Amino acid sequence: MSGALALAARAEGIYRDYRLSEVRAWKERTSGLAVGYMPIYAPRELLHAQGVLPVGLMGGGDDLEIIRGDAYYQSYICHIPRSTIELGLNGCLDPLDGILFPAICDVIRNLSGMWKLQFPGKLVRYLDVPQNFTPEIGGRFYRHELEEISSEIHARGARPYDAEALRESLAIYNENRRLVADLYDLRREQPWKVPTAELYAILRAGLVLPVDELSSMLRDYAQAVLADPARRPMDQARVVLTGSFCEQPPLGLIKTLERSGCYIVDDDFVQVHRFIQGDVALDGDPMESLVRAFLTQAVESPTRYCPGAGAFDPSRAARGGELVDRVGASRAEGVIFCAPSFCDPALLDQPMAVKAVERAGIPWTAFKYSENTGQFQVIREQAGTFADSIKLWTGA
Amino acid sequence: MGARLPQAGGGAGEAIKDDSQLRQKRMLEEYARTLASATRAGGKCVYTFVPGNLTELVRSFGLHLVLPEINALQSAMRGKSRGYIAVAEKLGHSEDVCTYVKCDLGMMKSGNIGPTGEPVPKPDLLLLSYTGCFTFMKWFEILREEYGCPVVMLHVPYQGDGKITESMRRYVVDQLRGEVIPALERISGRAYDEASLSERLARSARAEEDLVWVLESAKRRPSPIDAYFGGVYYIGPIFTAFRGTEEAVDYYAALRSEVAERLAAGKGPVTPDGEMARERFRIVVEGPPNWTSFRQFWKMFSDEGAVVVASTYTKVGGVYDEGFRHDPDRPLESLAEYCMGCYTNINLPGRVEMLSRYVTDYAADGLLVNSIKSCNSFSAGQLMILREVERRTGKPAGFIESDLVDPRYFSASNIKNRLESYFQMIEQKRAGRPA
Repeated sequence: MSGALALAARAEGIYRDYRLSEVRAWKERTSGLAVGYMPIYAPRELLHAQGVLPVGLMGGGDDLEIIRGDAYYQSYICHIPRSTIELGLNGCLDPLDGILFPAICDVIRNLSGMWKLQFPGKLVRYLDVPQNFTPEIGGRFYRHELEEISSEIHARGARPYDAEALRESLAIYNENRRLVADLYDLRREQPWKVPTAELYAILRAGLVLPVDELSSMLRDYAQAVLADPARRPMDQARVVLTGSFCEQPPLGLIKTLERSGCYIVDDDFVQVHRFIQGDVALDGDPMESLVRAFLTQAVESPTRYCPGAGAFDPSRAARGGELVDRVGASRAEGVIFCAPSFCDPALLDQPMAVKAVERAGIPWTAFKYSENTGQFQVIREQAGTFADSIKLWTGA
Repeated sequence: MGARLPQAGGGAGEAIKDDSQLRQKRMLEEYARTLASATRAGGKCVYTFVPGNLTELVRSFGLHLVLPEINALQSAMRGKSRGYIAVAEKLGHSEDVCTYVKCDLGMMKSGNIGPTGEPVPKPDLLLLSYTGCFTFMKWFEILREEYGCPVVMLHVPYQGDGKITESMRRYVVDQLRGEVIPALERISGRAYDEASLSERLARSARAEEDLVWVLESAKRRPSPIDAYFGGVYYIGPIFTAFRGTEEAVDYYAALRSEVAERLAAGKGPVTPDGEMARERFRIVVEGPPNWTSFRQFWKMFSDEGAVVVASTYTKVGGVYDEGFRHDPDRPLESLAEYCMGCYTNINLPGRVEMLSRYVTDYAADGLLVNSIKSCNSFSAGQLMILREVERRTGKPAGFIESDLVDPRYFSASNIKNRLESYFQMIEQKRAGRPA
């Protein structure tokens, strides 16, 4: 097994370990707190600065049999909350001292209340991120949210807030984001070197590993793939995959897309690693820098209000504009809309994004999944046909 | 005194309506006519949502209000939503998402003739009061692209910890001052007039006082009102464009008198099929009603002698029975608190507490959840709410499923079966037998 493959296999093992052995081991080593967070964004730097291990939660995938979780949700609600409840009830999440539930949709929002009722001893915090991006309005509100989180974790035993510690954490995460961005750049330029299934496994493992361990893994993986002569280009269609920012598809689905003839050259998987674009400023007040980064450096997300065209400033891009830009930047030949069933943010956004993509003359296809989807044949045929059509007909 | 009127929404024959229902109907129809003619004459129109609506503020600028949710539910009651939803789904809108959105979009794409037959004017501004429902944001993003008109966002923070903090209040007030008011000034060409707003808020508080009295009349036996099916008529004016107007004050005063008369006479509620003779079950209902088969749905209750004595749906546009009143002395702060207090902006533990209190205070026989397929804001977590309320009150809870305006998700026989079983369970519990 090549070094890259071995690293990806190790990463897969870590992220599929829903009992969070890495987190348990970290807690034993450090006696620190571990706080989970749901997709898609959390201020990990703040937790890190107070000695807390941030732990990303993305449901139970296709590994978990849902026994009790289904009793909490109707059939028409997406899958991630039921597997998250299952993980809570079966003890997998016991090492977590609390969970942050970022404002992303009504289901995750209401899950925060369910968690309060079900796990009364734990820290449960609904993280209401602002939809107003003016520093004096939304920024002030968000800063207060962050300060409350800081106080709450301190009250549970974390170190008190310290501006210099946060500055150091911002630098550590800046470096981590650069490493992730470098791998995305490498995949964009040489997708045969960085199969998305491997990259994905590493990013998922990074949700439970301390940030410095993830950074080491990213470096090692980049070195290993560049040194691997067996990874050669194939005649695959370059696609951007979008819609999978919260509930994640099973790894088998990602592999299926790649095997069906697609190079995924951009995506929104495990988006917390890339939600903030570029470095967070290290000068000035670090808390303010974290706030400003959220206001001004975040990716366009269906969960985040897009002032858009038709506002008082008509020069602003409409929904889907950023997707079209990403297609251009990654030299993609098509878009795959790949959203979880019953995902309000993704599915309500999709018609607008489709319009933008069609206006730009970009081919697209769409399908839905749930995290425990087990049959990929239909998707393989659809994606394969899509890739073939791009190869055969684009530019014809 | 009442009247027989033809009734859509899944019913047969003529429906009996009491005076307040007839008056409410006239008010809404007249408003639709006024809206159409006023905007034809150059008046400006603002679209917004029921939860967290800023009616007094918008109307203080001389602007007209359109509430797309109300259009959608009225389209459903008139049997038009199926076709509208089909139009939207053909355009690529997923079968998984909110049917209000699809119904509204389908209506627009079909000529934008409103449910009363009047054309619905295009928006000059979309006031995105982002209160208690994620879908609202996407809905107006979609409409913005369709109409090419400006949007102003009012982000209303959620009561994640079950309380309104000073930071939350300030955030909303800052947005009102810094974003919403300037947008309304720009659209209307008028300056913000706080005195005018305060006058309207004073009228709101008077109407709210009477509405609460009416809702709380259901604590009496027999209840003179149905607080869910009848309740949606009672909340009509105050949840739509009338809050803060003299018409609303007059309507609620008249409604209060009407209900007081029924109370004094020991009468039960008026249903579409006549006055309910015997109150057999007192139920608290969580969740919105189904609008496509509204009358049929109501009949399933009234045929069994089941009266809804309290409901959460009638609190989506304001939780007045918890004590909130608009305050003319603190106009913007009061509007902020109103927005943050709407039912779907309250966290799950708060909803459980409210429902448990309703079951106790209204001496209800149990809780019934009508789980709506396309409304995650209400529905996600309702199974846990059901178990918690049952545990806390000791009263049996029931669960049915339907949808807001998509008739494909109203299975009459299934719902009827479940309701009958539920009422049977209550009887067995009363008799001390295991259900």
